Amino acid sequence: MGFIHDNMALMIGGFMSIGTPEILMDGIVEKGIGSLTVIANDSGVPGKGIGKLVTAGVIKKLTASHIGLNAETGAKMNAGELEVELVPQGSLAEKIRSGGMGLGGVLTPTGIGTEVETGKEKLTIQGKEYLLELPLRADIALIRGSIVDKTGNVFYNGTTRNFNPLMAMAADIVIVAAEKIVEVGELDPNYIMTPAAMVDYIVGGEA
Amino acid sequence: MATIKEIIAKRAARELKDGDIVNLGIGLPTLLGNYLEEGVEITLQAENGILGMGSLCEPGQEDKDIVNAGMQYVNIEKGACFFDSASSFGIIRGGHVDITVLGALEIDETGTLASHIIPGKMVSGMGGAMDLVVGAKKVIVVTTHTAKGAPKILKKVRLPITAVGKVDMIITELAVIEVTPKGLLLKEISTDTTVEEVRNLTEAELMVSEDLIVGF
Repeated sequence: MGFIHDNMALMIGGFMSIGTPEILMDGIVEKGIGSLTVIANDSGVPGKGIGKLVTAGVIKKLTASHIGLNAETGAKMNAGELEVELVPQGSLAEKIRSGGMGLGGVLTPTGIGTEVETGKEKLTIQGKEYLLELPLRADIALIRGSIVDKTGNVFYNGTTRNFNPLMAMAADIVIVAAEKIVEVGELDPNYIMTPAAMVDYIVGGEA
Repeated sequence: MATIKEIIAKRAARELKDGDIVNLGIGLPTLLGNYLEEGVEITLQAENGILGMGSLCEPGQEDKDIVNAGMQYVNIEKGACFFDSASSFGIIRGGHVDITVLGALEIDETGTLASHIIPGKMVSGMGGAMDLVVGAKKVIVVTTHTAKGAPKILKKVRLPITAVGKVDMIITELAVIEVTPKGLLLKEISTDTTVEEVRNLTEAELMVSEDLIVGF
């Protein structure tokens, strides 16, 4: 946890806490790190996933697509204690993908004619309007792997994959919390979803 | 006696055809899966990364790593696959989903939808709704015809917009309405209502189909 400090921007994997590295959420709360900028799909649920960070009041700004399963996030937002930027889920995925893959952003039809287009450039390509969504990066990505080998190759099981492989490419430091750590060579190379070259640190102990 | 939600779900399920790839929103839309017509098999897409989603899990049968987009544990069908969120929304935005069925706060004459936020009250966020409505080949809104007696089908949407002009069909407990370039066309009404009553409970102008069907 020595890498995470106050005021940092974190990407946190998971979808409604499924695929979120719980032990790293606990670590942030225990260490008392604060004023964080968090980029994630959602704010988890109370007591689970990013919900733990919301309850502890350690997030200053949250960029997410959905906060509906955690009433505490909405309450803190309405009370002015937490700044929330809402981004369509597909656009959020593409912003993160752009940040990780060396792109200058993406053009999407999603959000045209809505509040989402506020402050964004609009381009007409082959007669159709698109919004320019800019890339997103973070200081640190916190991701969760189901099986991780000792060099950092990651396999995600079921629906735990979601934003994890995208975020693993879009941050300066990538920490994966593993449910199971295996020896190098034990994972079939065909089933590796995040290459070890993306991962900086591995911690065990995910349930 | 069927509940209002069951009536809507049952009628809406008739719009799903064999072989369709379908995304069902959380809540009422999810119920459509219970009312598929005989011989109709569809493939369900879940925006958190499943194609080939099955039914909700019986207690004790859950796999902790497999949920739907509403965080409920689900089964998967034979031949199902999982993918990341960029691929999932590539499937959605890229037009690879035949039908999306979702709820609404307000809909208007042009097929413009408000479904994701009531400023100061419900601040859940748009989640995947904006991408789904923009990207799916056909967008069906399922909703009660009114909310606390007030029409939900309006001349113009007042709440923050989820997507402009993308809804193709509106199905309520009273009516099936198609969104056409000329406006809203009443195609079908329930046996429990009349065209007059539907008009009274709808703020938007309604054209009535020459082949109006009474009965669902």
